[in-house]
Amino acid sequence: MEPILQVRDLRTSFMTSNGEVHAVRGVSFDVEKGKTLGIVGESGSGKSVTSLSILKLLGTTGRVTAGSIKLDGEELTGKSRKEMRAIRGARIAMIFQDPMTSLNPLIPMGEQVGEMLWEHNRKMGKAERERKVLELFRMVRIPEPEKRLKSYPHEFSGGMRQRVMIAMALACKPELLIADEPTTALDVSIQDQILKLMRSLQREMGMSIMFITHDLGVVAELCDRVAVMYGGLLMEEADIVDIFKKPMHPYTMGLMASIPDMNQDRRVQLQPIPGSPPDMIHPPRGCPFAPRCPYAMRVCMEEIPPYAVTGANRRSMCWLLDPEAPAAGNPFKQGREAAV
Amino acid sequence: MTQNNAPLLRVDHLTKHFPAGGGRVVHAVDDVSFAIRRGSTLGLVGESGCGKSSCARTIIRIYEPTSGSIFLDGDDISALSQKQLLPYRRKMQMIFQDPYASLNARMTVQDIVAEPLRAHHICQSRAEEREMVIEMLGRVGLNRDHAGRYAHEFSGGQRQRVGIARALILKPELVICDEPISALDVSIQAQVVNLLRSFQQAQGLTYLFIAHDLSMVRYVSDDVGVMYLGQLVELCRADEIYAHPAHPYTQGLLSSVPIPDPVAARLRDTVGLEGDLPSPIAPPSGCRFHTRCPHATAKCGEQAPALREAAPGHFVACHQVNG
Repeated sequence: MEPILQVRDLRTSFMTSNGEVHAVRGVSFDVEKGKTLGIVGESGSGKSVTSLSILKLLGTTGRVTAGSIKLDGEELTGKSRKEMRAIRGARIAMIFQDPMTSLNPLIPMGEQVGEMLWEHNRKMGKAERERKVLELFRMVRIPEPEKRLKSYPHEFSGGMRQRVMIAMALACKPELLIADEPTTALDVSIQDQILKLMRSLQREMGMSIMFITHDLGVVAELCDRVAVMYGGLLMEEADIVDIFKKPMHPYTMGLMASIPDMNQDRRVQLQPIPGSPPDMIHPPRGCPFAPRCPYAMRVCMEEIPPYAVTGANRRSMCWLLDPEAPAAGNPFKQGREAAV
Repeated sequence: MTQNNAPLLRVDHLTKHFPAGGGRVVHAVDDVSFAIRRGSTLGLVGESGCGKSSCARTIIRIYEPTSGSIFLDGDDISALSQKQLLPYRRKMQMIFQDPYASLNARMTVQDIVAEPLRAHHICQSRAEEREMVIEMLGRVGLNRDHAGRYAHEFSGGQRQRVGIARALILKPELVICDEPISALDVSIQAQVVNLLRSFQQAQGLTYLFIAHDLSMVRYVSDDVGVMYLGQLVELCRADEIYAHPAHPYTQGLLSSVPIPDPVAARLRDTVGLEGDLPSPIAPPSGCRFHTRCPHATAKCGEQAPALREAAPGHFVACHQVNG
């Protein structure tokens, strides 16, 4: 089956007074139909810019400089602003971290959702619109939906606002939902409710999701597949169970070792990743993670590594996986040597 | 170090209400009591709006307590004037959540870290002050070159190091950490947590650690208190609270935490928590959690449960647990 979204060698830059920020530097991935792809990364990794590039929401300073983005086989990069407006909302919908900034504080919630429906279907009458909005509020489990239609955004809690955003996003039955840190600003109990809601709605509607987050726990709960981004590049991509079982990139390993889980032995020190993320105006010549990588070799500083296939349907960008990489002190070769 | 079993901080029936207009009040902190042993860490958890930060700010007297007492090293500091409080301020310092907002953008790192020294007239000369600042910067993993720079030149993790240097330069005994890592990237959080732990081990610091990341709180704390709508609903050893949570709210909160294990995450059947936090202006009658509690009975809506010792060292405020 053809993937719903196919991104190939995407490159996006921002022009700033300090120079060109190379936010995304050649990223390729697919989102399979009906599945959830998690894009994991820290601030500055390029994960959000990747999603904004797909939606053509880069503002006046950002620009896709190369690459291809196909939605169900149809190329999006050459589309005009008007054409993209028709695609956004109808075929690709999005939800963001802070629902408050996406809502007009002076308009009742029901009216805002209705307005969005009208935007995509001008023939829809007022009564039908109201009925449809109520149906959407019910779908995202908003308690007392009839009463809530007339409430203003500030009268909703953060979790309820995010439910309304999901309702708006799903109103036109999009083929792809892009969710950028939708639960980061929420409490864990509310995050849990929203993740459960997204899971059940995905089952009901068969929609595909691209879920952007920094939280490995959320990825483990929700995603079928994961792409790990760092320094504008996709470092590792694998199925969810495989990557947690055996991460095959030093950055993924570092991320996993730096978070405590609920069974963490309190006497054992966490293993942080030393240093800080790279400056994307002058990205490192080689692997962007090399300056922080405990296994870095000379080649890592000089050249961006090619992808190595690390198993069924998975790949990593790391010189340690090169056939000629030394086995001594190599976390990816020791096991294999022992097995032989 | 001399052995001292008396708690460094004891909070007794602490209450902080804020006026909300129209004669209404926000019950931010209501009748909270706990103690922290010298050299240990108490983690305070709960959802946003539960009063954990208000509690911290009242303890350090940024907010004036409405009622109740705060004992620092045996002395009641709750009613002292700001002037009388000054010698106690040296003993308690605070690390804030947002290293972007809590550092003055117009001051150099040298000035930021030296400010507490100046407030307490510690140094005899500029040279001595500079030396102390540079020594402190070294201990938080920064160096001499950083002293002349401004906060905006630093990454989030480095800024939080500056915040830690400012808090620790007076060699306080109690440090209140209000969400010190929430604004940091995952790979940086562990750096800061390890730094705080190494200071605790080296100097016997006592921490009140406030966070919403439950797995991090479990990792750093000896004891954990769970707050809900201004009240402490459960308090015990960190291992115990995570292994055997007794309060239905704690149970729900813990089961809401996503676990970084896809196989286990798909197998478990979480209960989670239904609904939203009620308003702290008009908190529910009786047990404040009864509106969201799966085990609530009529009694829970009528009578507020007291925090009682349900098992040795394990305090719970719940009618179902305490009978």
